[in-house]
Amino acid sequence: MEGKSAGAIERQSMEADIACVGFGPAVGGFLTTLTHAWNENPADPAFESKVAPGLPLQVLCYERADDIAAGVSGVVTAAQGIRASFPDLNPADIAMASRIKEEQILYLLDPVGASRRPWLLRMVDRLLRALSATLGVRDEAFHLPWTPRFLHKGGGLVMSIGQFNQWVGAQLMASGLVQIWPAMPVSEPLFAENSERNSNKVVGVRLTDQGVDKQGTPQAGFVAGMDVRANLIVVGDGPFGSVGQAIDRRMGMPAGHDKREWALGMKFVIELPEETTLEAGTVWHTFGYPEPEIFGFLYVHPERLASVGIFVPSWMGDSARTVYRYLQHFIQHPALWRHLKGGTLRSWGAKSLDESGLHGEPFLVGDGYARIGEGSGSTNMLAGSGVDEAWTTGVQLGEAVIGLLREGRSFTQENLAATYEAQRRASWIERNALEAMNARNGFHRGFVSGMMGMALAGLTGGRLSLAATVPPAHKQIKKQRVRSLNELKRREAAMLAVEDGRPLHDALMSARGWPEIAFDGKLLISHQDTLLMGGKVQAMPGFADHVVFRDAGLCIHCDDKTCIAMCSGQALTLASDGIPVFEREKCVHCGACLWNCSQAGADGSTNIEFRAGSGGLHSVEN
Amino acid sequence: MSNQLHIVVCAGIVPDPLQTLEPLMGPKGPGLKNEMMLPAVLDPWAVSALYEAANLAAKNPGSKVWLVSLGPKAKLQQVMMTIAQKVSFELVAIDAPVGGFADAHATAAALTDAINAIPGLEKTKLLLFGGWESAARGAGVTLQLLGERLGIADQFMGVDEIEMHSAGSFEVLERVEGGKHQVSVCGGAPAVLGWATGNLPEPRNNPQVGMANMRTVMPALQKAKPATIADNDLQYTSASLPNQQRQTRVVKDMSADAIAQELVEWIGAE
Repeated sequence: MEGKSAGAIERQSMEADIACVGFGPAVGGFLTTLTHAWNENPADPAFESKVAPGLPLQVLCYERADDIAAGVSGVVTAAQGIRASFPDLNPADIAMASRIKEEQILYLLDPVGASRRPWLLRMVDRLLRALSATLGVRDEAFHLPWTPRFLHKGGGLVMSIGQFNQWVGAQLMASGLVQIWPAMPVSEPLFAENSERNSNKVVGVRLTDQGVDKQGTPQAGFVAGMDVRANLIVVGDGPFGSVGQAIDRRMGMPAGHDKREWALGMKFVIELPEETTLEAGTVWHTFGYPEPEIFGFLYVHPERLASVGIFVPSWMGDSARTVYRYLQHFIQHPALWRHLKGGTLRSWGAKSLDESGLHGEPFLVGDGYARIGEGSGSTNMLAGSGVDEAWTTGVQLGEAVIGLLREGRSFTQENLAATYEAQRRASWIERNALEAMNARNGFHRGFVSGMMGMALAGLTGGRLSLAATVPPAHKQIKKQRVRSLNELKRREAAMLAVEDGRPLHDALMSARGWPEIAFDGKLLISHQDTLLMGGKVQAMPGFADHVVFRDAGLCIHCDDKTCIAMCSGQALTLASDGIPVFEREKCVHCGACLWNCSQAGADGSTNIEFRAGSGGLHSVEN
Repeated sequence: MSNQLHIVVCAGIVPDPLQTLEPLMGPKGPGLKNEMMLPAVLDPWAVSALYEAANLAAKNPGSKVWLVSLGPKAKLQQVMMTIAQKVSFELVAIDAPVGGFADAHATAAALTDAINAIPGLEKTKLLLFGGWESAARGAGVTLQLLGERLGIADQFMGVDEIEMHSAGSFEVLERVEGGKHQVSVCGGAPAVLGWATGNLPEPRNNPQVGMANMRTVMPALQKAKPATIADNDLQYTSASLPNQQRQTRVVKDMSADAIAQELVEWIGAE
């Protein structure tokens, strides 16, 4: 280790062979592959460190969250990649994991009358109600008689990513090869400075400064973020990680590629009533309610636990879109409430999903780095699957790295492209991604055409799909029709409610005719109480704010304030001067603000910057 | 003249208090629902002791800090990845199941054996640190019992500050009723100090400290001796959470007097 001066700040520097950014399923797959190979033959000279000769590879992983189990996603996954890594995998070894027993798709009618349904859907609802006895419509829900192949996860698992991460992480660290450091956000990649040829070579990462104020100004106890130099940087920091973002800014995106489609997923983990008839492994996919654009799910874990949640997509262009209140209405839909009533909220979580698929794929490799996982565009939105894909991209990189180490080849763009990228292109990840890449185009024309387009792509293996021009996420937010008197009245009611101290999202929903939530203190609780009851939010002091508004003037003149309505943790509130106020202590790092800002600067970037930050949600039941 | 201290910090791991903790009665007595899947943290009270120990060691060159921790290996390993970034220490790991409500006598016995086996530890330089209270579900007397087993007569509880004197004696501030401190002067090591919160902030995460600690943490975990914590036929009749209820209201423009009045009424009603 050595001290080096970077500008006015003295920074320590450290060398490693491989440094990973973020610990999720993708990096879990990468490190598992690496440790399995090392465990087979620890004396293999390929695994001798280049930076510490005589020792095994020095492999470090830095994770922003305070614990590797502080994940925020319950999943249903086909798990083919995960099972390939763990052929003897027994779901009983992983808390909250279960084999899928039953998979169903439900179309949910609107029992409330507040849903913004197109006329065609209203007609469908009437028809289904009229023929309910014949079609078996029960509790305002129509169970589709079959699950399309592209959605089916047969033989897969229902899991908690928090528990899965904990299970994987414990094995990795026990191996002795890998060190996973939680509560250590990485602020940016380090690029080589030597020559023009190497100007895009990534040579390390810089950890985040500590002991600073909200603006990042050093205070008492300042500790400059260390520079960790490594021969390979594995970028697995998700769809809006600071390292991935910085590399995209530096390298640009492949021609025609952009991250334009997003969704915010939010879910409750609910302890079901004792008399529940839902069995572990039950999987429901839903659509149609609370809004046509909002897809939902119910996954049943062992021990009477269920993950129940919704996804609010960017193509739901409504500027007043929100999630928490919609989720409360979702769980009260008669088809779900029949099973959930009397349950208790145990946990809660939220996360942005990059739904751009191949359209949002960045350059997968470069000199000194490789991209894996969701941030590399691996999520398949036709199948509604991301964990297994992310895991598998990590495995593929792991296999490539092992091969390069054994052949004594360096981690150049050419070598990584010829191994990792080539393997990924030839695998089921790419085949399925090609099927899915245009499947959701139709949603940019409307819900009905979206469903038709999805079915078309799914049933033809992606050969047929609807064409669409997908605007950037901030342009998908439709401006309110200020000429509409009703809309003006609604917004005025919402703003008055905000002035009265009520959250914006609640006020907007109430103003639109959604019934107030009858809190029961167990399952139906206020958003604010959820932050404390169902997975607590933590923010270690001494870090700068990671959500930054670039130009306050743009915020003042913004009528939409979608960032506030969509904030999962109510960490954004409206100040009297019209500028959103960010409270780091309430942020769950869902990333929704990044793509829910309707204002953009001259460079096309939205007015919100999402930087590296520490803390987030403490909940392992997610 | 500096004092070369041998500071042993006893800090157990406990389920993260930020999680939903739900007591239930199992076949082996009271425990927590899904306890093994909850993430663990170093006991928040004992963490203060660890930070104070590191601070004291830094002020007294030649001193050394051991962290003695008891728990399942996998959980210990997970906790150490966080705590090892904070301060320098050498880990002494005891591989034992934790959960339920451990008997303080049995826990103290296991800790005594582990401390007596620390190579190079000199009792004449020993300061035994721990938490005054605990987020574990023990009886809160483990540290005192451990001191007794190690034959240490000078014991201080609720400590907020220690100041070393040049001749090896030290002054201790212990919390007493009324928000005051009792000031004592101890002739020197060995002594037991059960820490309250201390006065130090949580240290920043330092990757260098973490890497340095890992050189001893991983081997310590690998050679951790399994221990059994006997229940000594203890029987528990019930276990319940404190009766806490939180009510949130948003009230604008409330005067300080009105807030004070409401607080008085609330306290009176409790």
